[in-house]
Amino acid sequence: MANHSLALRHQFDDVEQQKDASTFGMWIFLATEVLFFGGMFCCYTVYRSAYPAAFGHASNHLDLILGAVSTAVLIFSSFTMACAVNSASTGARNALVAFLGITILFAAAFLVIEMSEWRMLYKEGLMPGFNFTYKEFDPGHVQLFFCMYFAMTGLHASHVTIGIGILAIMAFRAWRGAFGPDYFTPIEISGLYWHFVDLVWIFLFPLYYLIARHLQG
Amino acid sequence: MNPQFQLFPDQASATAVHLDHLTIYLLSIAAFFSTLIFALIFFFAVKYRRRSGHERVSEIGHALPLEIAWSVIPFVLMMIMFTWGASVFFEMSRPPDDAMNIYVVGKQWMWKTQHLEGQREINELHVPLGRPVRLTMTSEDVIHSFYMPAFRVKFDVLPGKYTTAWFNPTRPGKYHLFCAEYCGTLHSGMIGWIHVMEPAEYERWLAGGAGGESLASSGQKLFEYLACANCHRTDKPGRCPNLTGLFGSKVQLTTGETVTADEAYVRESILNPGAKVVAGYQNIMPTFQGQVTEEDLLQLIEYVKSLAKQPAPPPPAPGAARAARRAEPKQNR
Amino acid sequence: MITATVETRDNYLNHEYGVKSWLLTKDHKRIGLLYLAAITFFFFLGGIFATVIRLELLTPPGDLVSAQTYNKLFTLHGVIMVFLFLIPSIPATLGNFLVPLMIGCKDLAFPKINLLSWYIFMAGGACVLYAMLQGGVDTGWTFYVPFSTSYANTYVILTGVGIFISGFASILTGLNFIVTIHRMRAPGLTWFRLPLFIWSMYATSLIQVLGTPVIAVTILLVAVERGFHLGIFDPALGGDPVLFQHLFWFYSHPAVYIMVLPGMGIISEIVSVFTRKKVFGYRFVAFSSVAIAVLGFLVWGHHMFVASQSVYASLVFSFLSFFVAVPSAIKVFNWTATLYKGSISYDTPMLYAFGFIGLFTIGGLTGTFLATLGFDVHVTDTYFVVAHFHYIMVGGTLMAYLGGMHYWWPKMTGRMYPEGWAKLSALVVFLGFNLTFFPQFIMGYLGMPRRYHAYPEEFQVYHVLSTAGASVLAVGYLIPAIYFVWSLRFGKIAPDNPWNASGLEWQTTSPPPPENFEITPVVTYEAYDYSILEEMKVG
Repeated sequence: MANHSLALRHQFDDVEQQKDASTFGMWIFLATEVLFFGGMFCCYTVYRSAYPAAFGHASNHLDLILGAVSTAVLIFSSFTMACAVNSASTGARNALVAFLGITILFAAAFLVIEMSEWRMLYKEGLMPGFNFTYKEFDPGHVQLFFCMYFAMTGLHASHVTIGIGILAIMAFRAWRGAFGPDYFTPIEISGLYWHFVDLVWIFLFPLYYLIARHLQG
Repeated sequence: MNPQFQLFPDQASATAVHLDHLTIYLLSIAAFFSTLIFALIFFFAVKYRRRSGHERVSEIGHALPLEIAWSVIPFVLMMIMFTWGASVFFEMSRPPDDAMNIYVVGKQWMWKTQHLEGQREINELHVPLGRPVRLTMTSEDVIHSFYMPAFRVKFDVLPGKYTTAWFNPTRPGKYHLFCAEYCGTLHSGMIGWIHVMEPAEYERWLAGGAGGESLASSGQKLFEYLACANCHRTDKPGRCPNLTGLFGSKVQLTTGETVTADEAYVRESILNPGAKVVAGYQNIMPTFQGQVTEEDLLQLIEYVKSLAKQPAPPPPAPGAARAARRAEPKQNR
Repeated sequence: MITATVETRDNYLNHEYGVKSWLLTKDHKRIGLLYLAAITFFFFLGGIFATVIRLELLTPPGDLVSAQTYNKLFTLHGVIMVFLFLIPSIPATLGNFLVPLMIGCKDLAFPKINLLSWYIFMAGGACVLYAMLQGGVDTGWTFYVPFSTSYANTYVILTGVGIFISGFASILTGLNFIVTIHRMRAPGLTWFRLPLFIWSMYATSLIQVLGTPVIAVTILLVAVERGFHLGIFDPALGGDPVLFQHLFWFYSHPAVYIMVLPGMGIISEIVSVFTRKKVFGYRFVAFSSVAIAVLGFLVWGHHMFVASQSVYASLVFSFLSFFVAVPSAIKVFNWTATLYKGSISYDTPMLYAFGFIGLFTIGGLTGTFLATLGFDVHVTDTYFVVAHFHYIMVGGTLMAYLGGMHYWWPKMTGRMYPEGWAKLSALVVFLGFNLTFFPQFIMGYLGMPRRYHAYPEEFQVYHVLSTAGASVLAVGYLIPAIYFVWSLRFGKIAPDNPWNASGLEWQTTSPPPPENFEITPVVTYEAYDYSILEEMKVG
């Protein structure tokens, strides 16, 4: 695996320092991402506590089954991502490519499910800005709920899409044999990113689908 | 208004005097520390200027007592600032109970004021000398800020919300009114005058105004015109809560929460009736969003307020039952 | 003959030639210069807007430009100066150039990301410029809703997108610095041997990484709301415009420290070198930078004392705001104490440092005024606030930036600037600045609201003084622009260490070679230890 030492960039003294720096950089980036989503979670919290009844009503219009399935799909993709990192560390090239492929498939499945949910909401007239015809209980605040829902799931979906792109590049590089047991930092930090995206959804799902569904009008 | 060269603005209220005392404290702290720093820099820069290329310098790396001293002393002085500032702020944010109410509506780009007696003004406000004035303010469009430098009063005026400010004019005259929150193209044109008048003169001004109909009676007409009275009956139990004695009381909602019936609550109940439904009633009231202006709302609120002041009309129900109902607001409202 | 040898020496400027070698460079020093070119352009653009604003305010009626134009002018002045000049100013130019040199490594940890950040910045800047050419934007740099979302009919989305994009440049720069400072210090360079400029860059980077995403998402929500009429902040639907202000100031207050902390770092370097002493209370100064960065996140509500937040929230925010003043005071006192029994020379960078300390003192003290609850009610949104933040951002950051540019110019370009002209410019800038902004304190206390196109006559005398000062200030900024460019060709050749400084950046050649050091330096002494320098010479 001598060719892997070529991957040492000129600014670093040794491979160890380079690996450290990349991983550390990714963690810092994830801190940025936490704050990025944090702003929206903050809006959500303020509005949810101001209008609990309207938010409870609104969450009944989301499909619990679709939400649960997409959560399961995303958690499973996180598992296959972990397997991919593990395969990379043992140098199992084919397994690595396969696991990355499965992760991408599940990510795509997640997006498909989410789009069908969005399509359903659009048809029901619950998509503010495009088709919002809801007139029942407290329409103003229900609209606020769906604004936040689309803003946050939309931002999350864009992260999933970017993740698919990154994983595709990683899969391609893995297939070309760019990684080995002594050099797989890119796989590792892509994994960090993917787990983060997964984690955001783990928060979004209960906040939008589960809390206060009983407050039905 | 003093058109001449000024360093300090007019002081036309007690709060202004209190704030200016605080300002003098702040200025003396600032003057002391900046003079100290400037003098030290100047003195050191001259005394220890480099005379030759190789000079011995005294290497004093640090001194803990010194560090503590110049952290703690300014901090103590700042805590005085904080306490003093907070006390002035509390004075500014708590209108006295006997203050007269005046409504203010801001819109791009004018100030509309309404007296309880019914007088309306644009970009002007007449107030009597020596009587605290409480302003209840809202905006029709964007955020504005009601600013009267001579009284040291400023508070933002927000759409969809009521904010309050108050002042007690102590000197007759004509003072600036500004909009202090940027609100669009003619922001700098959203200005006017506050006229502080002798009480007798003010009474004359009030009497001379057009209309002569009080805000509450305009509100009552509107209440009838919008057919609110069909459901909100004051004579017998209707499909909607009786509004007599409502304002300022506690209201229990269908969700089990209890809220105080203030201006914001009445406003929301007119515009978005479903948001807070009174326990024991159905959510049947239509929204009046788009049918009433901010000024209409203020008239309606004033009418609802007036209902709280007058005793409940005696007719049909026996007096005892009525009294019991008022004592137990949650059963009925 | 000496000239000849210097010019043939391999350095980062003559290592490669051609436009491509600059636009595709991964060298932090070249990227620093790319940023320098960009922000200098934006500075003068923002300066032109300021000049027109000051000319308009010379007379009480709005007679020079229309109200709409005036509103666009101050908005673009604010947007460009804050997002495209002040925030990237010191970190992206001097920081980019100096961080690897000062900690003795070959480059930043992620050179490609560094170059990417410049392109992102340029894309963001291009968006703002495009919005400007289309007709501009008139919301004020604060983009308060619902004006920005529902009422303004100018290019809000385009400008917002520009700010959103350029925010990522700031995040990537901060990320790069944090990783580099953590992982790539030269052998022996422990945290407490680091120059104070590095400490302040580190604190700045923390804010950039943790604060910028919040404004990014806020601006995104404003753009989305405006584009699709959603109602996230729309009071008609129960949205809360004050929530926008909370989110906005959660970033934009710490952003003030993004602007001024690097300036404080520069002042520490300059004060030490030109007194030949260690910075007094090194650890206090170092930790005060981090303290300011952390406390800066807890005080945003002091922008909203009259915005209808609860009285008790205001009380807490006011109280916490005074805590930020303590580390700032510590710095000022420590710099002053550093002068004591030093060997002080009056080179241009030191003149700027004197200016900085004085102006920052005034700016900081008036800042505590504004944190004082009752006082703030009267002066918020008046010229008092305008004067205060210009004392911090122009009197502070910009003075430090110019001081730093003079101090490191020999290292960056290998040429000396003309000392006489430079001293003159420092003096002109200082006088012009005070004449411009001091009258605004008085005007603000008298009640002159900010963002006014026309104003009552009694304020005119102060506006005339201010405009007069602004014209002096403009001259003060043009002089360095001219002689810096002049010195590139005609300046004296700079020695490697013209100031006899002890920092690692001075131990390599001027300008430095592409990989900064011939051999990786090993650090055995504390920062600002000038006796070591004498020993090294003797040795």
